[in-house]
Amino acid sequence: MTSDGTPAQVADMDPESRAKSGRERIAPRAPAPASASARDGDAAGASTATVDAKRGLSVTLEKLRAFYGEAEQVKGIDLDFRANEVTAIIGPSGCGKSTLVRCVNRMHEEIPGAHAEGRVMLDELDVYDPSVDVVAVRRAIGMVFQKPNPFPTMSVFDNVAAGLRLSSSARSAHGRRDMQSKVEAALRWAGLWDEVADRLGEPGAGLSGGQQQRLCIARSLAVEPEVILMDEPCSALDPIATLRIEELIDELKKRVTIVIVTHNMQQAARVADRTAFMLSGELVEVGPTQEIFTNPSDPRTEDYVTGKFG
Amino acid sequence: MSAQSPASGQFARFAVSPARRRKDRIARGTILAGTVIALIPLALLVFYLLRKGLGSWSPSFFSTDPTGNTFFKASSIGGIKSAILGTVEMVALASAIAIPIGIGTAVWLVEYGRDSWFANLVRFFVDVLTGVPSIVFGLFIYIVLVVGTGSSYAGYKGSLALALLMLPVVIRSAEVILLLIPDALRESALALGAPRWRVIFSIVMPTALPGMVTGVLLAIARAAGETAPLLFTAAATQKTNLNLGQFMNSLPVQIYKDVTSPTTAVVDRAWGAALTLVIMILLLNLIARLVSRRSRLA
Repeated sequence: MTSDGTPAQVADMDPESRAKSGRERIAPRAPAPASASARDGDAAGASTATVDAKRGLSVTLEKLRAFYGEAEQVKGIDLDFRANEVTAIIGPSGCGKSTLVRCVNRMHEEIPGAHAEGRVMLDELDVYDPSVDVVAVRRAIGMVFQKPNPFPTMSVFDNVAAGLRLSSSARSAHGRRDMQSKVEAALRWAGLWDEVADRLGEPGAGLSGGQQQRLCIARSLAVEPEVILMDEPCSALDPIATLRIEELIDELKKRVTIVIVTHNMQQAARVADRTAFMLSGELVEVGPTQEIFTNPSDPRTEDYVTGKFG
Repeated sequence: MSAQSPASGQFARFAVSPARRRKDRIARGTILAGTVIALIPLALLVFYLLRKGLGSWSPSFFSTDPTGNTFFKASSIGGIKSAILGTVEMVALASAIAIPIGIGTAVWLVEYGRDSWFANLVRFFVDVLTGVPSIVFGLFIYIVLVVGTGSSYAGYKGSLALALLMLPVVIRSAEVILLLIPDALRESALALGAPRWRVIFSIVMPTALPGMVTGVLLAIARAAGETAPLLFTAAATQKTNLNLGQFMNSLPVQIYKDVTSPTTAVVDRAWGAALTLVIMILLLNLIARLVSRRSRLA
């Protein structure tokens, strides 16, 4: 359903615009003021477009090291994920790509015995600072996993609502109406609304693989994060479903910063503004995607992207 | 092998050898025989229970207390009302104690304790507890709460003994089920910015519910059928008593006393009581399954 992916309609359903300008319930078709054009034209929209100019935030890794017990999996990486850009991380299996992104929203520390060192700056906030609430970090930095994992006990609707309900501080603030409009907005953002509108009550696990993954994306969008980390989001999907997700990523970056780990170099080339190449826990090279694939400065990058190894 | 067989000539190596065919038949036969042998006692049990038990069932069987009057007519011995109510009440209290503590322990073991030394110590003691004979639990409560306090038998003391018996079963079964919940589920909830306790209550527990219900039912069924922990904690009585602070009758104890009686009618009452117990547990099973299925869809 690319039709609902057009900027105008997306802006229309933008959860932020609803929350801010909505007060009560906005008729689904009432266009929000200051829509996509404002977002694209920075200068024109800068003053008035606060309504839905919800922008992604940049993430900066400073000397990030990640450990599993004693084993160092990420060996001191400095890397910048620019706001509202898609950054792809490529590299052979086991090079630490997934570990790296899991450090960004502090999911790495959930693994027993694992810890991280260095700094991860969300804009100007160090997410590893002891005064920072890890729960709030994860609300700001969403994550989509390799395998679609909708909550098996929940319906399509509840899966999307789960993020809002589960995050305790946001909980009381959500009325029923508000919840419905937010869920709808998130599903529209994920390009899933038209496919599931008439079966919101059915189990989320009953959808197809590609739909499940978009459901998971909608679920993380519902919390209105500034950054979304995607850990090989398409590796369990067929090419058509993959294409849908890639189109979606292109649409989403207007709103959030996206980091995507991928094994698929064509995918990196298609969706990413910038690409980082990792090898054995170290960052070999990062740059505009075009450059990494056509004119890399490091011979190891060239070997990898041309298929000489990995 | 006939000449028409496709697995002949140059394809002869694809032919099934007679020896393998024979071995396959023997193996299948053995497994089938094992299944049938296992089913025989079960079928006989149900058959005898129904045949002997149904005979003593009557409306008054469920609505009167045993009279203790065993040397007169069969009609004067009374029913098992006090035993049914006593079992229901004591098992309900035991469940109310053992299920929350047991599931709480399992959640702690899986979600927080993980592989810490204390968690492993807890697991070890739970395993030891699983292997303790039921009469030992009865003895323990007897020494602590009957002899120790110098007071008399009481229904709640029976419940405590049953709760001790149920606890390891509930913990172990719930732990196994919780371990089956994929970590990906916990991670995706955590990554949404859910605090850990909400992940456990809203995601992990509902997903594990049907499995945990099965484990809890096993524990309840085991407790409901135990005589030993009740003999010298709740003792036995004839009158219906709903006060957990006093002597309380129960189905297993009633059965135990009845089968040792020389009077045929009283032994038959034991059969009736046994059938009642089995059907009560069956009903509980059905209800719990319906409830957990419904809540899964909601």
